[in-house]
Amino acid sequence: MKYVCNVCDYVYDPIEGDPDNGIAPGTPFADLPDDWVCPLCGVGKEDFSPVD
Amino acid sequence: MSFKAVRVSDSVYWVGAVDWSIRDFHGYSTHHGTTYNAFLILADKVTLIDTVKKPFYPELMARIASVIDPARIDYLISNHSELDHTGCLPEVVAAVKPERIFASPKGIQALDQHFHAGFPIEPLRTGDTLDLGNRHLQCLETSMLHWPDSMFTYLPEERVLFSQDAFGMHLASSERFADEVNQDVLEYEAAKYYANILMPYSPLILKLIDTVGKLGIEIGIIAQDHGPLFRKSPDFIISRYAQWARRDMKRKAVVVYDTMWQSTAAMANALSDGMSASSVSVRQMHLAGSHRSDIATELLDAAALIVGSPTLNNNMFPSVADVLVYLKGLKPKNLISAAFGSYGWGGEAVRQIRDLLTEMGTAYSGDVRIKYVPDSAALDECYSFGVSLADQVKGAVS
Ligand SMILES: [Fe+2]
Ligand SMILES: [Fe+2]
Ligand SMILES: [Zn+2]
Repeated sequence: MKYVCNVCDYVYDPIEGDPDNGIAPGTPFADLPDDWVCPLCGVGKEDFSPVD
Repeated sequence: MSFKAVRVSDSVYWVGAVDWSIRDFHGYSTHHGTTYNAFLILADKVTLIDTVKKPFYPELMARIASVIDPARIDYLISNHSELDHTGCLPEVVAAVKPERIFASPKGIQALDQHFHAGFPIEPLRTGDTLDLGNRHLQCLETSMLHWPDSMFTYLPEERVLFSQDAFGMHLASSERFADEVNQDVLEYEAAKYYANILMPYSPLILKLIDTVGKLGIEIGIIAQDHGPLFRKSPDFIISRYAQWARRDMKRKAVVVYDTMWQSTAAMANALSDGMSASSVSVRQMHLAGSHRSDIATELLDAAALIVGSPTLNNNMFPSVADVLVYLKGLKPKNLISAAFGSYGWGGEAVRQIRDLLTEMGTAYSGDVRIKYVPDSAALDECYSFGVSLADQVKGAVS
């Protein structure tokens, strides 16, 4: 499932991951490390909401 | 009255304020002052885009009044909620009583969290068109360029793009257009603005330039929120933005350092000599006289960042910590880095700098530490280190 940043609208897509920050393609949002932050605005996982 | 509006296109007037004397803009040194640009569109629905920093409210209102009774403003649009553009927004709303107020959805939240004022604001989203009667405004949200709330509005009938902070620069002038001012100063200040405000969002800039191209938006005039307006050469600033966003690099290194007893300064000199003897251009920036925002500007097209600090009470110099924390926030990409410094016993500074440069994601290539005062052998070591860093720079920039 995709997750969107509540602050800046960045969308985390598990298919793509976040390779610039060491997150491999195929990583589900739930498996992101606790210290992972939005690559655009820098807020933490708690500021993301699931996209349905 | 001395404050007059300046016509930008058929129905658009500049009604902003010139701040000649500001020298510190939230920690960014503004050697040339700045302007806070606001725009009045004399369409069927008279529209004001953005306002100015709070102390300049009388100047804004006087410029508006030079072309129209301010009470005739129907719509007020906030493209960016930061206080240099909204500081007097509550006063404007109270004086003008606009029929409708607009901002992006994030802008509505941000304005509420600034002013806690409770006036109703309506959302404008990407793809929305606001009907002004004989004119239209198209909206494009530009989240994180450079705040979550940021958006562009575009007036297709006159091909004017209102781009808030994007494409701006801190440059006060009596001229209102970019083609009327010194081009070297203009380009330097635009680069400085990019480096200090927009660099962290470079990937978004590249996407945005692409999106604007695909939407087929024809830009005749860029009406941004700071500095003289691009009426003749919008392509000039757009192509610079593409270049800066890609971080096109020169064979250039920035050597940033501070010193206690001239030992780290002597190391900086030897290292810089080694690099320039190997055909790499060096900007040596002693922190006692260099502002962090000028260092960020030099870094915009540099391939390497070399940082020197003595060790003071087991720590790096506070001035070095200041600039490193600042640069870390700006997220410069693809930098080669190194550290150097003189020390008496612990020598922690160089290790702390290494850790910060690594955390910043730079390619750390090593360091030189010297005890107390460098002798000629130690300076030779610094020179050779400079030569080897120059080789890496030349490897990275063909
Ligand atoms: Fe801003
Ligand atoms: Fe601004
Ligand atoms: Zn975000």
